Amino acid sequence: MSQPVGNAEAHVEVRDLTMSYGDFVIQKNLNFTVRRGDIFIIMGGSGCGKSTLLKVMIGLKSPSVGDVNYEGEGFWAAEIARQEEMKRKFGTLFQSGALWSGMTLAENVALPLKQYTKLSASEIAELCAYKLALVGLAGFEDFYPSEISGGMKKRAGLARAMAMDPDILFFDEPSAGLDPISAKLLDDLILELRDSLGTTVVIVTHELASIFSIGNNAVFLDPVTKTQLATGDPKELRDHCPNFVVRNFLMRGVAEPANGV
Amino acid sequence: MTVADSPTEGVVAATLRVEPADDGVCLRFGGDWLVKGSLPAIDDVRRRFTQTPSPSTVRFDTTALGRWDSGLVTRLIDLYRDAQAHSIRFDDGGLPEGARRLIALAFAVKPREGAARTQRKTPFLQKVGESAQGAWQSGVAFVTFVGEATLSIGRFATGRAKYLKSDVLQHIEEAGANALPIVSLISVLIGMIFAFVGVTQLRAFGAGIYTANLVAVAMIREMAPIMTAIIMAGRTGAAYAAEIGTMKVNEEIDALTTLGINPIDFLVTPRMLALVLMIPALTMYASLMGIIGGAIVGLAMIDASFQQYVQQTISAVKLGDLFTGLLMCVVFGALVALAGCQQGIACGTSAMAVGQATTRAVVMGIVLIVVSASLLTIIFINLGI
Repeated sequence: MSQPVGNAEAHVEVRDLTMSYGDFVIQKNLNFTVRRGDIFIIMGGSGCGKSTLLKVMIGLKSPSVGDVNYEGEGFWAAEIARQEEMKRKFGTLFQSGALWSGMTLAENVALPLKQYTKLSASEIAELCAYKLALVGLAGFEDFYPSEISGGMKKRAGLARAMAMDPDILFFDEPSAGLDPISAKLLDDLILELRDSLGTTVVIVTHELASIFSIGNNAVFLDPVTKTQLATGDPKELRDHCPNFVVRNFLMRGVAEPANGV
Repeated sequence: MTVADSPTEGVVAATLRVEPADDGVCLRFGGDWLVKGSLPAIDDVRRRFTQTPSPSTVRFDTTALGRWDSGLVTRLIDLYRDAQAHSIRFDDGGLPEGARRLIALAFAVKPREGAARTQRKTPFLQKVGESAQGAWQSGVAFVTFVGEATLSIGRFATGRAKYLKSDVLQHIEEAGANALPIVSLISVLIGMIFAFVGVTQLRAFGAGIYTANLVAVAMIREMAPIMTAIIMAGRTGAAYAAEIGTMKVNEEIDALTTLGINPIDFLVTPRMLALVLMIPALTMYASLMGIIGGAIVGLAMIDASFQQYVQQTISAVKLGDLFTGLLMCVVFGALVALAGCQQGIACGTSAMAVGQATTRAVVMGIVLIVVSASLLTIIFINLGI
């Protein structure tokens, strides 16, 4: 599988996006491109609108201006029926897993397969077992979400997000609430899945360790100016970004305000 | 290209050929191996593994393989397991790199011993026994809860309970004033129905005016307490179970306990007091509304003046009727609040459990109302009240 390269085709393009709740603008004039096979980080301080941006990208909240293009096709410009089709290529891992508490792990993974495919019950069971094995939960098919730990819930949520073999996986704060080792294991898993499946990954996070170890492209949202300050490889941004706020964030507040701002 | 890019494009039919190789078999994959396509069965290959002489190695040729996804990998995993079971070497060199890594990842974490649960069929007698035990246990749980609530009321009365006064007032508003519209509607209609039945029957004896007695006594002694209590079971008891149950799911009850606040003192007693305080007021209001509803029908259908009807109503009701009605409704209110709160506290930790707790709270509330109404009526009749 080819590693992502600088000139890979654009998978997601955010164009002139402005998001607001009523009259209250969260972020404005966002423009960035996620290439196929990227692990793309949406970063920024608390309350800057990272999660709102994710909601706009996965179709839960409509933008007030602008659009999100998937393979060149505008999501918010599309008909509802077409949007539903496009959404089927997304997989989303919510912050706390958002597993359906009344269903076992296998039933959680099986639900999208039952709804959108014509597979037989045994084929679905086999696929569920495989997806759970991929995230290291082999044998936990008949457990309920309340019976497993927080880290396991995240991984089960990932198995459900991957149920339909999505083109693009979205993660909302994947390492929130996990110990450093579990967070590292989840990062490794994300990297391994991207490398073997070639899936594009979009992650909302402010965990610097994750940002540098797996991210190869990023956008930085600023709560003060309410727009993006920089986009590009996070390591490059840390070392060479002309904007002090971005460098300071990526160096945990110890950047020298030498050149630039 | 290895991974399905655009599922809308035409899918090339998947093919699988089993060919003998110098040291075993070679599987030639062709076409698109996608979950949504129809994939060839791998039973032939698995059968080949069991034949003698069994192949020593299984190889793969994927030069003709088009797009693939989990559909291919699940089948490869099956073959991998079979090959291991028959000690056949699984040479994955010919597979796409992504598929090789996914197989490795799927086997990276060994299934936890004893984690998998086998579903057994429960025999009928066992089911009967279990549900009987369950009923007994929930009865014991309810009685225990009544005991805890009683102790909590003791602490409340002696000022040792921790609770928020604003909570109590809010519950009083919620269980009292906010219930007036539905209580009005139901009581007026019940009063009208009683009057209608009474008039049509009593007119035959020329005793149409006694409709006033029928409506007044029935409403004050039985109907207003029972109907109000049933409304409160559906309205307030269910709300209590859902509120407390959701708090249980969110570990809010654990949070109270860790702060040294008894959840019964903080959550149950204020709700129970609110309902017990408000239900007599609602019941008296319901009686009045029922009598008004009855009067509307009565005055329209019988030949009596307004004064006559009012006089008849007043003469029919004794003070004892009012007391028995109020005593009953206080008992009902306590039972409804207890059922709602107990189901909430005993709620499981899933969204479904909250629904079950709410349902049980309403059913239990109504059963307790009807059973205690019958018992109390028998007692009152025997005491001659």
